[in-house]
Amino acid sequence: MSALVRVSTVSRTYTMRAGLFGRTVDVHAVDGVSLSIPKGETLGLVGESGSGKSTTGRIVLGLEPPDRGEVRFDGAPIAKLATPQWRMQRARMQMIFQDPLGALDRRLPVAAQIREPLDIHGIGTPAEREARVRELLRSVELTEQHGIRYPGALSGGQRQRVVLARALATWPDFLVCDEPVSALDVSIQAQVVNLLTDLQAQLSLTMLFISHDLRVVRQISNFVAVMYLGRIVEYGSADDLFARPEHPYTQALVSASPAPGRRSAGRVVLSGDPPNPAARPAGCAFHPRCPRAIARCRNEVPQLASIAGDRQVACHLVGGSQVHSRDAA
Amino acid sequence: MVRFFAIRIFRALLTIVLVVTFAFVVLRLSGDPALMIMGPEAPPEVIAAFRKAWGLDDPIWMQYVDYFGAIAKGELGRSMRDGRPAIALVLERIPATLMLTLPALVFKVGIGIPGGIYAALHRGSAIDRVVMITAVAGFTVPGFVLALVLVLVFAVQLGWLPSGGQESWRHAILPVATLGLGGAAVLARFTRSAMLEVLGQPYIRTASAKGVPWRMVVTSHALPNAAIPTVTILGFMVGTLIAGAVVVESVFAWPGVGRLLVVAVANRDLAVVQCILLLVAMTMVSSNLIVDFLYGFLDPRLRAKGAQA
Amino acid sequence: MSPLVSIEGLSVAFNGVPVLHGVDLTLQTGEAIGLVGESGSGKSVTWLAALGLLPRHARVAGSVRLDGREILGAPQASLDQVRGGRVAMIFQDPASALNPVLTIRRQLCETLALHRGLSGDAVKAEAKRLLDLVGIPDAERRLSAYPHEFSGGQVQRIMIAMALAGQPDLLVADEPTTALDATIQAQILELLSQVRRETGMAMVLISHDLGVVAENCDRVAVMYAGRIVEQAPSAHLFADPWHPYAQGLIGALPPLDGPRRRLTAIPGTVPDPQKMPGGCSFAPRCGLVEQACLRAAPRLAPLGDGRTVACVNAEASRKALLGIAAE
Repeated sequence: MSALVRVSTVSRTYTMRAGLFGRTVDVHAVDGVSLSIPKGETLGLVGESGSGKSTTGRIVLGLEPPDRGEVRFDGAPIAKLATPQWRMQRARMQMIFQDPLGALDRRLPVAAQIREPLDIHGIGTPAEREARVRELLRSVELTEQHGIRYPGALSGGQRQRVVLARALATWPDFLVCDEPVSALDVSIQAQVVNLLTDLQAQLSLTMLFISHDLRVVRQISNFVAVMYLGRIVEYGSADDLFARPEHPYTQALVSASPAPGRRSAGRVVLSGDPPNPAARPAGCAFHPRCPRAIARCRNEVPQLASIAGDRQVACHLVGGSQVHSRDAA
Repeated sequence: MVRFFAIRIFRALLTIVLVVTFAFVVLRLSGDPALMIMGPEAPPEVIAAFRKAWGLDDPIWMQYVDYFGAIAKGELGRSMRDGRPAIALVLERIPATLMLTLPALVFKVGIGIPGGIYAALHRGSAIDRVVMITAVAGFTVPGFVLALVLVLVFAVQLGWLPSGGQESWRHAILPVATLGLGGAAVLARFTRSAMLEVLGQPYIRTASAKGVPWRMVVTSHALPNAAIPTVTILGFMVGTLIAGAVVVESVFAWPGVGRLLVVAVANRDLAVVQCILLLVAMTMVSSNLIVDFLYGFLDPRLRAKGAQA
Repeated sequence: MSPLVSIEGLSVAFNGVPVLHGVDLTLQTGEAIGLVGESGSGKSVTWLAALGLLPRHARVAGSVRLDGREILGAPQASLDQVRGGRVAMIFQDPASALNPVLTIRRQLCETLALHRGLSGDAVKAEAKRLLDLVGIPDAERRLSAYPHEFSGGQVQRIMIAMALAGQPDLLVADEPTTALDATIQAQILELLSQVRRETGMAMVLISHDLGVVAENCDRVAVMYAGRIVEQAPSAHLFADPWHPYAQGLIGALPPLDGPRRRLTAIPGTVPDPQKMPGGCSFAPRCGLVEQACLRAAPRLAPLGDGRTVACVNAEASRKALLGIAAE
């Protein structure tokens, strides 16, 4: 299977001033992340705030240059931001965000905004562009009536459909979705999730789907990577990963996801503060909150290593002779 | 913290230097002091002698260097008109100006802040509307128009108050009212919107949900937060204590710093103008500094950020 | 046993637009009840109205009794006794729910002074005990800190400490974990249930998250467009929802284990309160709509096993959609 997107050990470090006398602190937002997304498949990226999942998405799109490592799209390295080559690549890679209202111009009818990428990239005649807009509106299950409205006159779910239609205007191969349904109500969320799944199949889109919501990620993704403080701690196929999480952090995440029809017996509740990227613990970054940490976890950073099948885990306690996995379900 | 103060003070000094430089250049480009003071009929030798005496023959950059050299030694030059030290001329006018601006400031704060708070707490009521209409009027009507209207009504028509001069406290009433009304209006508007913003915050609802009586919610939860934006505008008003009465002093023939400035500009009395501007820049900048420090005192979030800056 | 709180026919209108249409709800001492629904369903408004916390332009009607005593429209002074004393409330966005310019000590001691009449050293000791109780490390020192110096999860713990300060009989938690990360959410929910075990306090948990409510409540009321449409013991409701909207909500939730299925999305959107349909407000989105649905809004009717449903055809709809319910 050929990978459309290949990310090789990218890192991104921000410099932040902190403390009384302007001491600078390096924040390792993304630290040595490697990913590859096969054509037509969806990779889910899960993590809490500060895990670096959104930064990873921006690096993949070339919106932010990595300090180290490289991203290749369809075999070619990502071009520099705002160069003609980058623009050519960008027509093939699109992004949708959590807040559709922020991504739309309130003063323009939405049909005009859907047509905008076609105008920018000079695709088709005016008549062809109009036809394309109608087709796009239909494909996201909106009517032409919706097209003449302004973003303010649409509901949250409808706005997200408009953003999706605009992202699809240039027939992209690759779509990065950053928390696209997090701001939507459950019933509307289901509509958009179904739509994304359908379009992905119809257009054989390749997707990077970033979310904190395990359920939505599982519903949409073929593979899932779990991030913690800038690193991938576990990777595997979506169904298998959530059914049998191996990394203690993934286990806690799965266990923390409440489910109707299950009382909280045997829940793993992590102690300790939420992770702070500016004060990354030494060794395994998760060790201060890990219920199973051993001495080695404090000094040695665990590397992502394959265990059974396509599963990869970065934990000293998993794999090799020390498999102590437990069923979290 | 030291760094925080150092940066602020450095910026303040830089602002003063820029203001003075700007005034220096503009004044010298906009007319010849020798001609202004000696008059156009003066013989050329006299004008030349005047220029030489005041150093106006030197290239402008040299005058500039000399000027800052003098400031560094604490010398602010002499008036070209009567030869007295400029600083003495300015200082003797300050009490007269403060006689107007200080009572006006008290008026602004005393009327504007309570008015704004009341209007916010009774949003949409008749009193709120009256406060807002007055505020918009006070905001938009220029000072000299208000001054002339007050003179027409209270001095000319009713004859209750004198229209100009500085003989008694009664002479101060109209100029103080002119200064105070506009400022009170601005302050009321500002306080009202700051209060409304704060009253809509979730922590106000939290306080009510805790069973804190409304009066206490307003005094101990809303006011400390609303004070933060209000202090900005208040700082600005304090900054105009010295030079904020130029128009009013002219209209009411009040012998303060403002009138001195108008006269000095008309005569191109360079040392006096520069001395006033230096003073104005210093009061503005120091009131800004005070506001910055007050922010730190009022808002713990800025205290933390300031420490980082 | 007489209920702790009984709400009858509670209605709210903002500027003449009704947003709550006669809510009935009773709550027993020590009980945990969940209120679920999407935005605009009226789940938060119900409790803000009950406690008199809505802005002045809201018109509230109906009855809210606490221990049999009417509190709706009660004088401010007696409401202030109830709020924070008998009934405490915590909110969604912890970062903005605490006053940014006051120390934690000030805000915590305020409640202690108002409702417990404590002063001097007793207040300080109690404030420290409460922070210890909710798991804020180094409580003594942290009392002098300001809200921005804490993480979101810690601020929510402080909110809980403030709520406990008045020793309330009921805690209304309005989306208490929505703004928090998953692992922190689990900590806060754990803390809430631990506190309830120790104090026997009743709880109303308002959430859009069915999972959170299912795991933490004895009974659940599902709200839609300003009405309760179904009410049942948690286990029954989630295993076997009767109201088509409740079924839709549960069907719309992606499963975390088992086979993947296509989500049963509810078509359309929540009706605009200004253009509320006559009859059942869910009718325009309901797959089982019939003539009777359009005539009048169905009333909540008891259906055995402690369940009440507001649907003209609850039984039929249940059978029709048994496929989903069986999951």
